[in-house]
Amino acid sequence: MGLFAKAVLVAGLALAANAAQAQTTVKWLHIEANPAQVKIWEEVARGFEAKNPGTKVEMQFLENEAYKAKLPTILQSRDRPHVIYSWAGGVLKSQIEAGVLEDITQQVAGYSDQLAPAALAAFSQNGKVYGLPIALSQVGFFYNKEIFAKAGLDGAKIKTWDDLLSAVKALKAAGATPIVVGGADKWPIHFYWTHLAVRIGGKSGFEAALRGESGGFEGEAFQKSGQLFKQLVDLQPFQNGFLGFKNPQAVGYFGDGKAAMMLAISSAYNLQRALAADKAGLSDEKLGWFDFPTVPGGKGEATDTLGGITGWLVTKGSPKEATEFLKFFISQDVQTRLAGAGYIVPVVKGADAGLSTAFMRNVAQNLGRSAYHQNFYDQSLGPFVGRVVNDATAEMAGGSMTPQQAAKAIQEAFKQGN
Amino acid sequence: MTAATFKRNFGGGRFTALILFLPPALLLFTLFVILPIAEAAWYSGFNWNGFGSPTNWIGFDNYRFVFDARAFGLAFRNNIAIIVVSLLIQLPLALSLALALASRFRGAVALRILFFMPYVLAEIATGMIFSFVYDGDYGLLAALFRSVGGEAPHLLASPDTAMLAILIVIIWKYFGFHMMLFIAALQGIDQNLVEAARIDGATKPQILRYVLLPLLYPTIRLSIFFAIVGSLQLFDLVMPLTRGGPADSSNTMVSFLYNHGVARMRVGYGSAIGVILFFVCVTFAFTYKRWFMRDE
Repeated sequence: MGLFAKAVLVAGLALAANAAQAQTTVKWLHIEANPAQVKIWEEVARGFEAKNPGTKVEMQFLENEAYKAKLPTILQSRDRPHVIYSWAGGVLKSQIEAGVLEDITQQVAGYSDQLAPAALAAFSQNGKVYGLPIALSQVGFFYNKEIFAKAGLDGAKIKTWDDLLSAVKALKAAGATPIVVGGADKWPIHFYWTHLAVRIGGKSGFEAALRGESGGFEGEAFQKSGQLFKQLVDLQPFQNGFLGFKNPQAVGYFGDGKAAMMLAISSAYNLQRALAADKAGLSDEKLGWFDFPTVPGGKGEATDTLGGITGWLVTKGSPKEATEFLKFFISQDVQTRLAGAGYIVPVVKGADAGLSTAFMRNVAQNLGRSAYHQNFYDQSLGPFVGRVVNDATAEMAGGSMTPQQAAKAIQEAFKQGN
Repeated sequence: MTAATFKRNFGGGRFTALILFLPPALLLFTLFVILPIAEAAWYSGFNWNGFGSPTNWIGFDNYRFVFDARAFGLAFRNNIAIIVVSLLIQLPLALSLALALASRFRGAVALRILFFMPYVLAEIATGMIFSFVYDGDYGLLAALFRSVGGEAPHLLASPDTAMLAILIVIIWKYFGFHMMLFIAALQGIDQNLVEAARIDGATKPQILRYVLLPLLYPTIRLSIFFAIVGSLQLFDLVMPLTRGGPADSSNTMVSFLYNHGVARMRVGYGSAIGVILFFVCVTFAFTYKRWFMRDE
């Protein structure tokens, strides 16, 4: 037999062997940058494989910003991953409308009763379920108790926007960097303007803007949010070169104890440790949290929250195993475990019991009390308007746009995009 | 067409060669160049997020949006700035180094390799390296500033300096390439011409002005061509350094296309930018050929 014939034979045998095994691979694309949490996920994936012979779970990673930019292309490829990360909102809406997601209503019937209804609703449209929530989060101020003590401040006493401004002044006077922010990524800056809008305009203000009423995003509530944000910007509260910092850099900077405050998503509780230079970050004794300050006269309640509802979507044409894996992944057992490690505020009923840190218990309590949980603007408004919000707020922080220009830019994008 | 000219054009071997070699090239060119351009032109008339097929026809609005965008003006300005800096700083630098290193002396080859190294480095890697160099807290630049007792600037974090920082990287990365072009050309020049000029009593500057530069002219044109094309294509150096920020101050037209078209899922808008970029390139290519490459 010639060499060529042998090669063909071997190749043929290999193909036959592959087909005989009939393995299903669930491709799972995630953006989690914390290795400790990914390790737990991997264990869960191996556990699922052990229980379901012939099924393989393959994890793929993309960095947050890269993921957002590449997703539309990835979703339209034949080789798309089966399970993808989502922040719900307008991006999810356009994905549903484009028909790139799988309707998993049937497969999760019965199972989904154990999920927090509001969280599940974020991944449903017209009664159809396209994905499952995994966690809730809240945006608020992290602060470094040591630096605060040195400046003679108490974070627990910061209740109003003016309290925050005077704290910034005191910190500056004490020679500390008041706030660290990842300005190059822009979305960490958009928290300021949007959370101010949550406080000032409240739920009704946001909904009116969506309907284009009372000036839309150029309306009074949003103008005032910009003006208050500018009061803060004018104090130059951010670290030197903040417009060049990417978010992981900024979170690490806070974990290293170099700045007094950071407005961030509650999940940064763990990230600040993972990204700190010593991998230890701030300990629980040094780390404090206060809710975003209120604005006197604002329509929003002090209990209203800004934050994320994150979850996993199943893409069109995925094998049934993808949904089965999600059900396995978002079970009371695993949720309790992730909550116990302080990674998430769980969405499965009863998993709250697993919350082991006072920090996360507090966040869970806030979210439980919140009557209006606003999803991140850059997600809920969709990729185009969302990014204009990020741009405009970053420009306000950099001083290249006035609050008025920023509000105008956002409203114009909103009109163009819709 | 007479039979004679027909035979000259298509007769015999040439015609066979045409039939054999043209279709594959033409097919590939149509498939990967003509069609995408036509598609982009078609998409640029829609407000479309890239999912499904486009339905919302908005005519030339996307072009209006592009020209109205302050960021596009900035990106265009940056492209021009790159070209100007290439012509005024990079090429003279490369040429003078080439003149110094073209002759054989100890260490000439080592120096050539050293200057050429940055060009070999991948753009993304270069960008990452320089984002560390420029870092105002931990970077090399910060260390330099601190050693003389100053406070380090965050070059990449200010709209006033971000583009300047990128321009410096561009010069650093590409002058070696142009230098190599010039060295190769210098070594191809017949030494007898230089010898003859010297015997006629020409001074060194005169030899440079009247012998070497005229003979280098074709290479200089080529070098300018590369500099301009490089500017129009520049993307992968910008992304790791600044992503076009802060406040869109350091976008090039291509990174503007990515940041405002692709990343925002505005395929129609992005296509409009692509079409504009295409026209800029075509205009440049034809003008350049007409003005500078006439005699070739």
